[in-house]
Amino acid sequence: MLTGAYVARPSPLHHLPAGGKLAALAVACTGLLMVRTPAGVGVATAAVAGLYVVGRIRPAEAWAQVRPLRWFVAAILTVQLLITDVPAAISLTARIVLAVALAGLVTLTTRTTDLMAAMERALRPLRRLGVDPARVALLMSLAIRSVPVVAGIARRVRDAQRARGQERSIRAFAVPLVVGVLRHADTLGEALQARGMDD
Amino acid sequence: MDKVNHAYDERRVLRDVQVTLTERRVAVIGANGSGKSTFARLLNGLVVPDDGEVRVNGLSTRTDGAAVRRQVGFVFTDPDAQIVMPTVAEDVAFSLRRRKLSRDDTARLVAEHLDTFGLGGHADHPAHLLSGGQKQLLALCSILVTQPQVLVCDEPTTLLDLANSRRITELLAGLSQQIVLVTHDLDAVLSYERVLVFADGTIVYDGPPADAVKQYRMMITGT
Ligand SMILES: Nc1ncnc2c1ncn2[C@@H]1O[C@H](COP(=O)(O)OP(=O)(O)OP(=O)(O)O)[C@@H](O)[C@H]1O
Ligand SMILES: [Mg+2]
Repeated sequence: MLTGAYVARPSPLHHLPAGGKLAALAVACTGLLMVRTPAGVGVATAAVAGLYVVGRIRPAEAWAQVRPLRWFVAAILTVQLLITDVPAAISLTARIVLAVALAGLVTLTTRTTDLMAAMERALRPLRRLGVDPARVALLMSLAIRSVPVVAGIARRVRDAQRARGQERSIRAFAVPLVVGVLRHADTLGEALQARGMDD
Repeated sequence: MDKVNHAYDERRVLRDVQVTLTERRVAVIGANGSGKSTFARLLNGLVVPDDGEVRVNGLSTRTDGAAVRRQVGFVFTDPDAQIVMPTVAEDVAFSLRRRKLSRDDTARLVAEHLDTFGLGGHADHPAHLLSGGQKQLLALCSILVTQPQVLVCDEPTTLLDLANSRRITELLAGLSQQIVLVTHDLDAVLSYERVLVFADGTIVYDGPPADAVKQYRMMITGT
């Protein structure tokens, strides 16, 4: 989901200002909360799909945005089916998927830099409370960048455990993973310092 | 060409190291744990010596760390740890934040540099999709875009295959900057003017590459 998956493409959505898109996303997600009927969910789904078309996003790219949700969706659907009826379960799950799809659409059509700049502006009023908007924005960028790196570390650790026949030991996985992530964080901090983050 | 003066005096990991580096091409070799990386980190103030002083163009790393780092670029072994932004162009642009350029100027500079490094076609790609060699090229590009006077590289080719390793070595050779290269690649140091051999935290040899490599080989096989 969050891998800085911007795709450069000439579409009206790409040209919209990042701040506008973030605000629209917030409004749309609030709106989704109020959609209750199956017909409403149908309309919302069509609208989100339509936006993906306007943004000239290919089906595979769209799928990549919601695919990480598939187990979550299965779990929540099961729980919902146990406690409510079928239409309610489906509409709740669909609304979650739609919200993620919309957020994904924003990241697909907006450069992370622009998103961060918009977020920085939005956070400016919080300065009085001691929040440094530029730092928060940098932190978000770093978090996005770190997702694939940490995934890579996890993959290497798992491969190493497999090679040594330790497939099922949680500790044999967790300890080197944590060590690897800490080491990465250490070098990342040094790299930031070397690249002039301290002035 | 610039003159860089360093003097060290650090206990434990580095013992009474004292050098002045004025050559354009300085290489550092030595066994694992001999203190090469610590030495490299001293050069841009990532590590501040317990005792003694490190000065770059007259600036002390102890009191003017940030100013020193503006003049001394640092390339790490693992490119994944030094690419800090999600996409290729953004990472190069990150280096330019300090300069407060206009959006257009930043974009132009970034595009120019990415082209020079053969990464022009990847500008908007997520950095994690690049190959190891391309990542190291990006890391180098992000550092050189700020035009540092000195470039310190700590084993920049260790994680790369032969072809990519050559490419980086050649690219470094073509730079106008003063370079301090820490490496285990004994072929790469042959074109350097001066080679420091480290052992147990001290410089045991300091001179031309051919002799330095011979000394280093003897140290490993001889004793
Ligand atoms: N941050 C640190 N904290 C404590 N000890 C350290 C730290 N960094 C390095 N050392 C120790 O200092 C010594 C020298 O390490 P250094 O990384 O400078 O060696 P090196 O010559 O770069 O080795 P290599 O070829 O393996 O990279 C080693 O014994 C190492 O364990
Ligand atoms: Mg080292």
